[in-house]
Amino acid sequence: MPFIPNTDKDRTAMLGTIGAGSVQELFSDIPSDKRYPKLGIPNGISELEVLREIESLASRNLCASSSAWFLGAGVYNHFVPAAVPALATRGEFLSAYTPYQPEVSQGTLQAIFEYQSMASELLGVDTVNASHYDGATALAEAVIMALNHGGTTRNRVLVPAALHPEYRQVLATYLAAFSVRVEAYSEAPAIAVATVDAETSCFIVAYPDFEGRVHDLAGVADTVHAAGALFIVSADPIMLGLLKSPGSYGADIVTAEGQSLGNAMNYGGPFLGMMGVTQKFVRKIPGRIVGQAFDHEGRRGFVLTLTAREQHIRREKAVSNICSNQGLVMLMTTIYLEALGKSGLQAVASLCWNKAHHAAKLIAGIPGFAVADGTFFKEFVVKTPVPAAAIVEKLEPRGVVPGLALSRYWPERTHELLVCVTEMNTAAQIDTLVQSLKEAAE
Amino acid sequence: MNLRPEPLAYELSSPGRVGVSLPGCDVPETPVPSSLLRVELDLPELDELTVVRHFTRLSQKNYSIDTQYYPLGSCTMKYNPKANEAAAALPGWRGAHPLVSDAHNQGAIELIYRLQESLKAIGGFKTVSLQPAAGAHGELAGVFMIRAYHLAYGNPGRVKMLIPDSAHGTNPASCTMAGLTTVTIPSDAEGGVDMERLAAECDDTVAGIMITNPSTLGLFERNIEKIAKMVHDASGLVYGDGANMNALTGVLRPADVGIDVMHFNLHKTFSTPHGGGGPGVGMVGAAASLAEYVPGPIAAEKNGKYSMEMPSKSIGRIKAFYGNFAVLVRAYTYIRMLGADGLVRLAENAVLNANYIKARLEKVYPVKYPRRCMHEFVAMGNFIDGIHTLDIAKRLIDYGFHPPTIYFPLIVPEALMIEPTETESKETLDAFIEAMLKIAEEAKSNPELLHDAPHGTPVGRLDEVAAARNPVLCYRG
Repeated sequence: MPFIPNTDKDRTAMLGTIGAGSVQELFSDIPSDKRYPKLGIPNGISELEVLREIESLASRNLCASSSAWFLGAGVYNHFVPAAVPALATRGEFLSAYTPYQPEVSQGTLQAIFEYQSMASELLGVDTVNASHYDGATALAEAVIMALNHGGTTRNRVLVPAALHPEYRQVLATYLAAFSVRVEAYSEAPAIAVATVDAETSCFIVAYPDFEGRVHDLAGVADTVHAAGALFIVSADPIMLGLLKSPGSYGADIVTAEGQSLGNAMNYGGPFLGMMGVTQKFVRKIPGRIVGQAFDHEGRRGFVLTLTAREQHIRREKAVSNICSNQGLVMLMTTIYLEALGKSGLQAVASLCWNKAHHAAKLIAGIPGFAVADGTFFKEFVVKTPVPAAAIVEKLEPRGVVPGLALSRYWPERTHELLVCVTEMNTAAQIDTLVQSLKEAAE
Repeated sequence: MNLRPEPLAYELSSPGRVGVSLPGCDVPETPVPSSLLRVELDLPELDELTVVRHFTRLSQKNYSIDTQYYPLGSCTMKYNPKANEAAAALPGWRGAHPLVSDAHNQGAIELIYRLQESLKAIGGFKTVSLQPAAGAHGELAGVFMIRAYHLAYGNPGRVKMLIPDSAHGTNPASCTMAGLTTVTIPSDAEGGVDMERLAAECDDTVAGIMITNPSTLGLFERNIEKIAKMVHDASGLVYGDGANMNALTGVLRPADVGIDVMHFNLHKTFSTPHGGGGPGVGMVGAAASLAEYVPGPIAAEKNGKYSMEMPSKSIGRIKAFYGNFAVLVRAYTYIRMLGADGLVRLAENAVLNANYIKARLEKVYPVKYPRRCMHEFVAMGNFIDGIHTLDIAKRLIDYGFHPPTIYFPLIVPEALMIEPTETESKETLDAFIEAMLKIAEEAKSNPELLHDAPHGTPVGRLDEVAAARNPVLCYRG
C-alpha cells in the first residue's frame, strides 16, 4: 500500500522488539466483542480509478469557468492569479504543522505576519488575527467579544435586516446559550443607530449589505460609542481596494469574508474569516496572532504571541475555543495581496465597480426590469417582471447564471434578483446577460 | 533549510510595481462619489518574480511532512497523498457555487453524501454532518447538540460537563461557549478515568462527559463501556473527541461502545493537509439519540437525486454554506484509496509503529503509564537534572526531526508526546529513535548542546516573553 510502507518483514521484526505475537494483540484493551467490525464499505481502489470517479463527479456541477456568471451573494467569482495556487500548494507550506516550533516554522510565521500587516491596512484596524473559519463565524465571534466586553447589562445586539441570511443563522446558533436579544433594523445605519441604548452591546453594519448597498457610515461610530456600545462592521475586502475602510469610520471590530482575495469558490469552502480590532481590544481578540521577536543573536523572527487568550493555555476561561483555523486559505490571500499590490487591488475593485454599474444601467433599460435605489459596489437587486426563480431556472441550463433569486431566503420576495458583476465578466457576457433576461421574461 | 534572512514584502516593495496584469476596462466608466473614495492604501508593490522568490524562500524556512518526519503526538501528522490535491483542484469544484440550485450541483452533493456514508460506517453513526470546519468547531457543534437535547427534554438544569484531566483545552473552552460548566475528572493510577470520582459527579445536573479515547496519553480507556453506561444511567450523554481516531479505524466503531456524538478530524486521521494551521474539518457523527440534532444542512439522497437538507431538530448552521468542501474532496479521495481493508491496516500500523518506538525508548525516556499504548505514547524528558523536555525538542531539530508535542497532556510532567503514524517506514522510525538515544547521551556528556539548540535554523530560540510584553503585530514602516 503506497501510504503504509511497513512490509511483513518489518512487522515481524517490530513485533519481536515489542514482545508481541501479533499486531492484533496490540488491541487487547478494546472490548473483544466490538473489535474488527465489518464496515460495509468497499475495499480500496487505485489512484487512477479514484481520480476517474472524482473527475466524473466534478463534471456534474455548473461551473463558473464555463458560464456567464453573475451569482455572488457571499461567494464570489474573482480572478485568482496562477502564482497563488502555485506557491501556496508547495509541500513546505501545505504539509506544515501549526507553527508552535518557531525555529522551523519561520516561513509560515512570516507569511502570517505579512498577512496581518496587509489585512489590518485593508480593514483599517490596528491588528487582525490569523483567521476564523469564514466570514459568518468571524462575525459571530466578534459579537461574543462585544457581549463579553459589555457585561451582563448589555444583551441587545443590533443587526441589519439585510445581513447575509446565513450569517444571521450562524449568529443565532452561536448565541443559543446566551440570554441575548438579536434585533434587526431595516433603515440605513445612520438612522438606525439612534436606537442604540444602554442595553445594546453592539451595532452591526454590513458594508456592503446583502443586497449590495453601500451605506455612508459617517458619524455612526460617534453615536454608538456615546451609548457605550461597540461598532462592528462586516465588510467585502475587495471593495476596500476602492472605498473607505471600516476602520476609517471608527469601527471597533471589523470582520470580513476573505474568499474573494485569491481563493476559488469551491462550493462554499474552505473560506477565510477575517477579524480585526483597534488597539484597545488586542488582548481580547480570539484566534492566533503572530508577533515579531528576536533571538539571542538579535536576529528578527516571528512567533505565535499573546497566547494567554487561547484554549490550550486558559482552557474554560479562554476567549474562544478556536484552534485549527484556515491557515492555507490565509496564505493564498497573503500571496494574492502581494501579487496584486496596491495598484492591482485598486484595479480589480475599479473593474468591479465600472462593470457592475454598466450592467445595472443596461438591465434598468430592459422593459419591465428595474434596479433598486442606492449606492452599490459590485452587487445590486433587480426587480423582475416574472418570478426571479423562474428566470434562474430557465437560464442556468443555458450556461447563464444570472444571480440569486431572493426568494431562496425570503419566500415572499418573488420578483427580486441579486446580480453580481466582477472583473471576470466581459462586456460581451454582460450583453449576454441582458439579452437572456429579456428573453426569460417574455 | 534556507538560513538567509528574508525581508518582509513591504521591505521589498518599490512604488509602481505590480505582479499581475489585469484586463483593461471594456465598458464605459462610472465615477465613484468622492465621499466614499478611499485615499490611502498601503500595500506592497512587487513584480511577479519577486513574489515567487519571496514565497519560495519563505517555504524553505519551514519543516513540513514533505521534507521532515513529525513524530507529533495528538496531531497525527501523516503523509498527505498527492492524489488528494489533484482531486481537490479540479475545475469542476473550484468553479462550483453553493447557491446554484441543487439540481446543478449534483456532483458536489453526491460527493458529500458518499463521504457521509463512509464516515457513518467507520464510526457506527446514524447521522454525519460535515459542516464543522475544525476539531474544535465539531466539539462546539457536539456540545450545542447535547445542550439542545436536554432543553428539548425539559432539562435546562443539566449544565455540568465532565472532562477528564488529560483532555485537550478545546473541550472545556467549547463548553464555555455553549453555556455549560465543566468539572474535571482526575485520572487513576493507570491513566484511565477515576471511576469513583466519575460516579460521584453523575447527578441530575450532569449534561454529559467529553472523553478522548484513546486518551491523550495514548491509552485505550478500558472502562469505556462502563463509563458510557454510568453517564447514560444518570441521563447524560457521551461526547467522543475523535482526535485519536487514527488508532481505531476499522478496528472499533466508537458508537458501538456508547458514544452519542463525536467529531473526527479529517485533517488528522483522513490525511488532509494541516496547511500550517488549517483548514481542517471536524465532522460530527451522532448515534440515534442525537442523530436529528447535527448541524446542517447535510446531504440526502432520494431516487438517485441528491439535495442538501436541514435535519429536523438541527442546532442549525454553524458556518455559512456547506463546510470546508475542498477538504472533503481530499478526505473522500483518501478513504476510497484505502477502503475497508486499508483502514484496518492504517490503524494496525499506526499502533505497531508507536509501540515499536516506545519499546526502544522507554528505558531511557520514562513513560509515566507503562501500559501497552495505542497510536501514540507520552514519555518524559526530565530524566537528568538540568535538562528539560524543551531542550530535547529543540535538539531534535538539529537532527532534522520536527519535535514531538511537548508539555501536553498537562498531567504528565515534562511530557514528550510521540505519535509516529502509519505512513513512516521502519528506517525513518529507527533514525528518529537513534537521534533520541543520542540526545539522551548528549544530555549527560554535553548538555550545552541541548540548551543552545537548535543550531542550524534560520533563527534560534526567540524571546517570546518580550514579544508578548510589547507586541509588534504588523509592519510599521
